[in-house]
Amino acid sequence: MASETITSEEYISHHLTNLTYGQHHDGSWGLAHSAQEAAEMGFWAVNVDTFGFSLLLGVLFMFVFRMVAKAPTTGVPGGLQNFVEMIVEFVDDNVKGMFHHKNNMIAPLGLTIFVWVLLMNIMDLIPIDFLPEAGKLLGIHFLKVVPSTDVNITMGMALSVFILVLYYSIKQKGIGGFAAELSLHPFGKWGLPVNLFLEIVNLLAKPISLGLRLFGNMYAGEMIFILIALLPFWAQWALSVPWAIFHILIIVLQAFIFMVLTIVYMAMAYDEDH
Amino acid sequence: MNINATMLGQIISFAIFVWFCLKFVWPPLIAAMEERKVKIADGLDAADRAMRDLQLAQDKVVDQLKEAKQDAAVIIDEAKKRAGQIVEESKDKAREEGERLIVAAQAEIEQQSNRAREELRSQVATLAIAGAEKILERSVDDADNRALVDQLAAQL
Repeated sequence: MASETITSEEYISHHLTNLTYGQHHDGSWGLAHSAQEAAEMGFWAVNVDTFGFSLLLGVLFMFVFRMVAKAPTTGVPGGLQNFVEMIVEFVDDNVKGMFHHKNNMIAPLGLTIFVWVLLMNIMDLIPIDFLPEAGKLLGIHFLKVVPSTDVNITMGMALSVFILVLYYSIKQKGIGGFAAELSLHPFGKWGLPVNLFLEIVNLLAKPISLGLRLFGNMYAGEMIFILIALLPFWAQWALSVPWAIFHILIIVLQAFIFMVLTIVYMAMAYDEDH
Repeated sequence: MNINATMLGQIISFAIFVWFCLKFVWPPLIAAMEERKVKIADGLDAADRAMRDLQLAQDKVVDQLKEAKQDAAVIIDEAKKRAGQIVEESKDKAREEGERLIVAAQAEIEQQSNRAREELRSQVATLAIAGAEKILERSVDDADNRALVDQLAAQL
């Protein structure tokens, strides 16, 4: 919905700007009024919109699942319990298929990642201007509603997984074992520097690829929606409907991939050889 | 597209959500599902057992029916035999009774005729004496004559 008063470029950049809270140039704290201002806030700033929606969705997820988990019937389950159990069983099957060690945390971790990422991705299906325009009425200048199009959100989750991978690698193999794994493959002890370089690149590639894959897919999908929204209003449905339908697949697929890779990385942290 | 503290916030909230899920969501759901699994397995087992029991019961019913029919046949046979026996027995009894009655009647007849003969004999003697008295018109020694007439009567 490109109105006459702003250009396409402005429209696009407006949609790609977070509502950022941080310290202004003059030392005062507050919301940034432009992308430029947001960038100048440096590291100690928070994207209120994406982080807020991310929290909101996380709480929604926990609330719904806890509601079911508080009093689950062992008889014939009702609609909501059935739905929740379907997801739980799906995650459980995946974890059992890929992770063969004893760790009670992996399955809940997988469930949290799958459902949370899925919910964050689903925000992409809300018509692109719907929430931002509503926010404008409330005096909010910028509003990015899809948390997974914010690299901070996806990398935050990927880094959490990475921390867990490091923790369990060391816990399982000991610091010496983990160091040996990094330095003695693939060329034996005489190729130690090369091994170390390759293995560290390999190790660091895990969280980066994990976070950027989700971010890239969702960002690109969002971008297409923004571009479609630049068309005249009577032509938008011809593109946005097929893209939204296709996007349903991407949304679920990306959430699933994030969960599966997390489980695989955790399994690799446990396995002796990889 | 800046990297900023949002990432830290996401890491912290992620940790909290995973912890919450690990503590309060996953275990009760899995426990309920496992319990249902066991329940369903038990139910299927019970159904199988019930089917087997039913089959056994049906077999038993058929057996018992057959047995009952055989028993009934035996009882009917015996009853028929017994009925025949009773009829035979009563026939025999009736015949015996008849014979007994005939014998008794014959004895009675014999007795009656003997008595009549005795009476006739005694009256014949008196009649003969009276006749002889009339004929002779005289008194004869009663004792002598009686011996004579008794002799005569014994020859009758």
